[in-house]
Amino acid sequence: MKNEITGIKKNKEKTSKVIGNILVHIGLGILAFIWVLPILWVIMTSFRAGKGSYSTTFIPQSWTLSNYTTLLTDTDIFNFPRWFGNTLFVAIISCILATFYLVSIAFVMSRLRFKARKPMLNVALILGMFPGFMSMIAVYYILKGIGLTQGNLKLVALILLYSGGASILQFYVAKGFFDTIPKTIDEAAYIDGATKWDVFTKITIPLAKPIIVYTVLTSFMAPWIDFIMAKVIIGTDAQYYTVAIGLWNMLEKENIYQWYTRFAAGAVLVSIPIAILFVIMQRYYTDGMSGAVKG
Amino acid sequence: MRAVNSKDEIKVSNAILHGDVLTKLSMLFMGLGNLARKQIIKGLMFLVIEAAFIFYMVTRGAGFIKDFITLGTSTGEEVFNEAKQIYEYTQGDNSMLCLLYGVITFFVIAAFVVAWAASLKSAYKAQMLAKKQQHLPTFIEDVKSLFDGNIHKLLLALPIVCVILFTVMPLVFMSCMAFTNYDRNHQPPGQLFDWVGFANFKELFDANSGLGTAFWHVLGWTLVWAVFATFLNYILGIILAMVINRKKTRAKGFWRFIFILSIAIPQFVSLLVMRTMLQPEGAVNVLLKQLGLIEKSLPFWTNTTWARITIIIVNLWIGVPYTMIQTTGILQNIPGELYEAAKIDGANKVVIFFKITLPYMLFITTPYLITQFIGNINNFNVIYLLTKGAPAAMSYHNGTAGKTDLLVTWLYKLTIDMKDYNYGAVIGIMVFVLSAVFSLAAYRKTGAYKNEEEFQ
Repeated sequence: MKNEITGIKKNKEKTSKVIGNILVHIGLGILAFIWVLPILWVIMTSFRAGKGSYSTTFIPQSWTLSNYTTLLTDTDIFNFPRWFGNTLFVAIISCILATFYLVSIAFVMSRLRFKARKPMLNVALILGMFPGFMSMIAVYYILKGIGLTQGNLKLVALILLYSGGASILQFYVAKGFFDTIPKTIDEAAYIDGATKWDVFTKITIPLAKPIIVYTVLTSFMAPWIDFIMAKVIIGTDAQYYTVAIGLWNMLEKENIYQWYTRFAAGAVLVSIPIAILFVIMQRYYTDGMSGAVKG
Repeated sequence: MRAVNSKDEIKVSNAILHGDVLTKLSMLFMGLGNLARKQIIKGLMFLVIEAAFIFYMVTRGAGFIKDFITLGTSTGEEVFNEAKQIYEYTQGDNSMLCLLYGVITFFVIAAFVVAWAASLKSAYKAQMLAKKQQHLPTFIEDVKSLFDGNIHKLLLALPIVCVILFTVMPLVFMSCMAFTNYDRNHQPPGQLFDWVGFANFKELFDANSGLGTAFWHVLGWTLVWAVFATFLNYILGIILAMVINRKKTRAKGFWRFIFILSIAIPQFVSLLVMRTMLQPEGAVNVLLKQLGLIEKSLPFWTNTTWARITIIIVNLWIGVPYTMIQTTGILQNIPGELYEAAKIDGANKVVIFFKITLPYMLFITTPYLITQFIGNINNFNVIYLLTKGAPAAMSYHNGTAGKTDLLVTWLYKLTIDMKDYNYGAVIGIMVFVLSAVFSLAAYRKTGAYKNEEEFQ
């Protein structure tokens, strides 16, 4: 009798647990749907035949590839392929420079001890607290003063800003990683007569691979994502747009009806490589956070 | 460490007090001490720097400093040219350029002072080495030391130049503007602006002026937004991470992938898409109408309260997956005994979450939370791309700020659209003060900052 009752109780508990479990999965499913919905919607819109940002049905009534083909071939007003090229160019060069800067700073601040080190770390912290675009106008005038706001040089200005601007103060992540490399490795090398340059290039850099990959990827992605800085520097000169400002302009009031579906196509084209890079980066980020030399 | 005789230490003060004739003369003729001790190239370099600086100051710099103080005196005007018998337009002073060149000249002077100190130290060092009859480094040896003992100078040179050029100098320049009347009515070229002291700050703190009303309202919403955006994202992110990590949840990788996907999409794309989806005739309203849930479109962006709540919810879409990724690892580190003990005491899941999980997480992630909070005070993208600050509010400084504007988006509009640079600069400084207060609180708490040497 007693056994039976506990048995029934157990069964009841079991079924309620199973139901709870199913509910959790349904809840996750609904959340996942909400999270995927906007992405799904851009993809559907990019294949939609009708024009305009508004459509009377949620799922397009007719499908087409022409949004992609016109985006890539009809370059009279909005030259998407050129913007893509601009952004790629800026991204490649600024990511090389930014990585060099960040790795240098992180190495110096983490591995070396000199008088000005602590003050420099504090200054970097304080500078990082100013809102970035408070100084944007001033940056623009300084670049204008140097003569970097004309024609192709605008892209050079962007490269300088993406590599040497506010991002330079974000060296703390890389420094934190370098801090985890045991000092004894360096000391052993110095005893063998290595110079600090040798230690930097032959020991620290190879050991810091995960964080270097992470830095390369973040600085490569920055020009694709940023649109504030690019908008101020490039202004209305459509020839030198990066993809972010270009796509943003497509949604301005006067363009949105004609260009909305092509905006969606452009958004998909930009998002795919960025998403892939991001997923790769995520792996290196976790590796980077778990330290350089594992026990 | 070897005890250093204080007189032997290579310092500027020692060079001035204990230097010999050559070293003291180096104060006037930079590089003399090095030249006399056969460090020819080094000495010449110092001498060239001094000559260039004097040339710059005499030809341009002195004038720039004078202009910086007056910010220009003559406006452009039409002058009758007797010879040509026509009116000609004279180029007046450009206050903005006066300010900019003045700031640049101050930086040139500062750089010269650094070079001057370096030359003095170098001369004193040469003197000390000569006295002890030790070997004086040649130029080639000096260059070689840049790859060894002085490698920090080599590696930091370019980054420091960049920081000064693109961060420090612009900040000084903009901060100067906060003390001028450089607004839309004083636009160079053509018009002059002038120093006004703290007048802009007074106006900002005066709750009765249009600017003051706008400032206190925008500040209020900025803080409300930052609190909600930070803590809702945080708590919901933790819950999501816990639900996915439950033992019984199937296909953990799949769920994680779905949520990470939304981070991987560039923010400006997802935000612009959200903006159009939530328009009165946008996809969300269409979907809800098709399902028969509503008849009239929901006023996502047009009603102040709706707009504010919508922004916070859209921000959840963006922020929750971030927290999920960041906290997954930490959650798995919570000691299991804590949970066991709570279960034995008969605590239910909600109690366990608020009494164990959340306090533990808060303990570990306070610095992360504070950086998030500062990030949200400065969260330009979400507001600007979603609403641009709309719905408009005429009482806010003649409508320059809207009901959903944060301080930073207002700052952007003031400078880029309205050309009220002085007010923009004042607000920038206020944002800095806000961030600085919260950051200081954060960094004083992190062990990583206090004892960074400990775990090496």
